[in-house]
Amino acid sequence: MAKVKGAIVIDIERCKGCELCVVACPVNVISMEKKVNTKGYHFAYPENHEACTGCMNCAIVCPDGCITVYRTKVE
Amino acid sequence: MDINEIIREANLVYKKTSLLTEKPLSYCPGCGHGVVHRIIMEVIEELDIATETIGIAPVGCSVLAYEFMDIDMQQASHGRAPATATGIKRCWPDKYVFTYQGDGDLAAIGTSETIHACNRGENITIIFINNGIYGMTGGQMAPTTIPGMVSSTTPYGRDVQLMGNPIKMTDIVARLPGTLFVSRQSVHTAVNVRKAKKAIKTAFENQKLKRGLSFVEIVSNCPSGWRMTPIQANKWLEENMIPFYPLGDLKVDGNLVSPK
Repeated sequence: MAKVKGAIVIDIERCKGCELCVVACPVNVISMEKKVNTKGYHFAYPENHEACTGCMNCAIVCPDGCITVYRTKVE
Repeated sequence: MDINEIIREANLVYKKTSLLTEKPLSYCPGCGHGVVHRIIMEVIEELDIATETIGIAPVGCSVLAYEFMDIDMQQASHGRAPATATGIKRCWPDKYVFTYQGDGDLAAIGTSETIHACNRGENITIIFINNGIYGMTGGQMAPTTIPGMVSSTTPYGRDVQLMGNPIKMTDIVARLPGTLFVSRQSVHTAVNVRKAKKAIKTAFENQKLKRGLSFVEIVSNCPSGWRMTPIQANKWLEENMIPFYPLGDLKVDGNLVSPK
């Protein structure tokens, strides 16, 4: 059966660390980084990237449009 | 499969629209304005009307909307966006004209302009962002502040005996004969963002019909003004704002929808 795999790219300089993507993700891919970006915000990063299904929920709720989503089918 | 193999142009499914400029948004972390800006720009991109759309920026937090929306924009005086939009639409009846207004702008100082534009049935789209307070000036009570809600000028909660009742602008304009489509949506979860985008798309498509005004209210959050984290603010919105401002279409194709 074909399985869907996804990947996300987060624009860490645009991220304001609101954490809305963390709660929107149904498979808990995203976590908050301890480091900060140049604006001083803790930014989001895909900690558990293997679980990503490319559902786009994180990108849709992101108020700053930081997230780009890729998705592909794997056999 | 390696993650880097998935990140390729061919697999791209979602990306920030180019109609939203690269300039970082001036809004606080977690603010609903950013989501609404993005879904309006996505709708304009999908309908391929970027060169035929004129937006009206309000006064409030979104006063700099023209910095972020890469389309033709006009700044209006406080509350006067529907009047400005009326003028622009009457000069260019074939352009798509929309106003983007907050609750202090649309429901307080601009009540007269809003109600008369809706009653005249101007062929424009109004996007109304309702977060229940005056966000830009420090979270004071607004006409839309719900009963019992704490703001910087109602530290013990809004007392309706003393401060009067909140106004539901969307319910009022739905009953005016000039409106074609009236809807209330929110952007606090992915499902609601998808529904809000659909409503905004309908509101823009209606301008082609030239049958009246389309009005979309977005119940939004204000983490800074409400003194909450973005996650708490969205939870509070779901538990308190949405029971008072129920979501859904109020008027479709000129006919009132009976509440469920």
